[in-house]
Amino acid sequence: MKLTKEEQAILSGSEGQTKAKIMQTLVEFGELFGATEFVPVSTCGHLVTSFGIGLLKPVYRIMDEIIEAGLKTPYPFTVDPRPIDYKNVKCNILDKLIFSKIMYSKQKHYEEQLSKIGLKNKNAFTCTCYLEEVGNTPKYGDILSWAESSAVVFANSVLGARCNRNSGMLDIFGAILGKVPKFGLLTDDGRKADYIVEIKTSHLPEAQILGSAIGMRVMEKVPYVVGLDKFLGTELNDDTISYLKDFGAATASNGAVGLYHIDNLTPEAKKYGKKLWRENAEKYVIDDAELERVYKSYPIMWKKEDAKPSLCFIGCPHLSFSQLKNWTDKIGENLKKSGRKKVKVRTIMTCAPDVADKFKKTPDYKKLTSYGVKLSSICPLMYTNNPIAGSKPIITNSNKLRTYSKARYYKDDDIVKIICEVK
Amino acid sequence: MEKKIFKGRVICKGNYEGECVVSRQGLNTLATFQKSALMNKKKVIGSDQNNPDVFGKNLTGVALILPQTIGSTTGGLVIQTICQMKINPSALLFSEEIDSLAASGVILAKNWENSDIIAIDKLGNDILSEIKTGDKIKISEDGTVEVIK
Repeated sequence: MKLTKEEQAILSGSEGQTKAKIMQTLVEFGELFGATEFVPVSTCGHLVTSFGIGLLKPVYRIMDEIIEAGLKTPYPFTVDPRPIDYKNVKCNILDKLIFSKIMYSKQKHYEEQLSKIGLKNKNAFTCTCYLEEVGNTPKYGDILSWAESSAVVFANSVLGARCNRNSGMLDIFGAILGKVPKFGLLTDDGRKADYIVEIKTSHLPEAQILGSAIGMRVMEKVPYVVGLDKFLGTELNDDTISYLKDFGAATASNGAVGLYHIDNLTPEAKKYGKKLWRENAEKYVIDDAELERVYKSYPIMWKKEDAKPSLCFIGCPHLSFSQLKNWTDKIGENLKKSGRKKVKVRTIMTCAPDVADKFKKTPDYKKLTSYGVKLSSICPLMYTNNPIAGSKPIITNSNKLRTYSKARYYKDDDIVKIICEVK
Repeated sequence: MEKKIFKGRVICKGNYEGECVVSRQGLNTLATFQKSALMNKKKVIGSDQNNPDVFGKNLTGVALILPQTIGSTTGGLVIQTICQMKINPSALLFSEEIDSLAASGVILAKNWENSDIIAIDKLGNDILSEIKTGDKIKISEDGTVEVIK
């Protein structure tokens, strides 16, 4: 990489050994991918590491080193959701012991470390930092030092910002340095489509299954999706943003997608259209049968396949405000049909703390809680990492949660029936 | 039959002789390593239910052959942590260009944990079909990989 005089000086230790080591790490990272220069980060960061798992010793050691060196991020940053919420996600004594004393024993210490280097505020814990209520919403063309696969793919695809799929730690390093190596999704060429995905389904596909199918097929390549605008329309609004949020999270967790284009909908597809297609782009046709094939391929990891679900998580990634409202209506309708007043499976809906604050001011919040549903800002994935909690028969509408836990995936319409009607 | 030698780009150099495990599909780092790391185990047993190639197999001290890694952006940090815990595979051999998360992991492990994990990429897709799990392989500093048994 060609470094400026200032960057060369930092690398040589002019601003301390810790900053030099951070620069060295990012230079090696960039050179591996043919980066020729650094580009300045233009807005707030977002970190993936929100959980104080005791065994992540490298994180706490490096954070201490950063704090001792007096380094801070130039912009405040947000971070993924917290792993614990005893108030809304009740745990028994054994679960609590495992969470607080064994798994997340460093949580308080780690949050103090985050505050010292530039954490935005106490509400900054969410995987959907880009929602307007949270406010870490990059503009078109912004350069980011983010991690969290679902947030990166959203920022790139729906907002038109530019960010590589950075790992935890490198997200902090780029945010502190205020620079990231320019390669991959930061370049015009890296944003071109390697796959043309044609949607030939009879109705709007389930976002989480469509994303899963595309992710598993294209892996880290850039897909350009044609035919989805027929169902989603051509304007970004609360509903399409929510759909693309869930679709993207599935592409990124079931594959490694960092950017997708939706014909006539996402900003770069609207601006450049077919000019984004690579000459030799591969084709992938998705019809109803293909989605069913993918859905049926998910392994069931419960000890007893016919076990009665004991817990349901809805909101991985965190729900948007409009999704909370839609779920409230949907559960209400299904309870009415089944002649019940409360859900029959313990159900937790998760959203960003700022979204929860807004939702709690609406009449729908009272309705939702009257149905027996709890609202939390926990990370369902971190909760199910507890070997005891994770071994319970948990159901979810999240393909990401399915991938990283033993939770069983159901489509939205099926899951609402299960939680309202299960005997 | 002529013995096939694969040659790739050296990212972290080293020599190795021993067993390998082949993941023919993208390896989900978090899903594969998280269980053993969280339980503070002495060895990693692959825990990704969606990847039958590595599920239930010992991955500590072996050469892990894979196309790329996929999944959560905690991936690099997970690789750094298993290297710090010294329960990492001895080598990561990528058939394709290394992905950004695995690259972060091996660079973090080298620079911040003094790890000697070997990483070679661009070995070509044939390596995924011509080398089988359980084969004994030899990795050399110049980025060559060959089956020796």
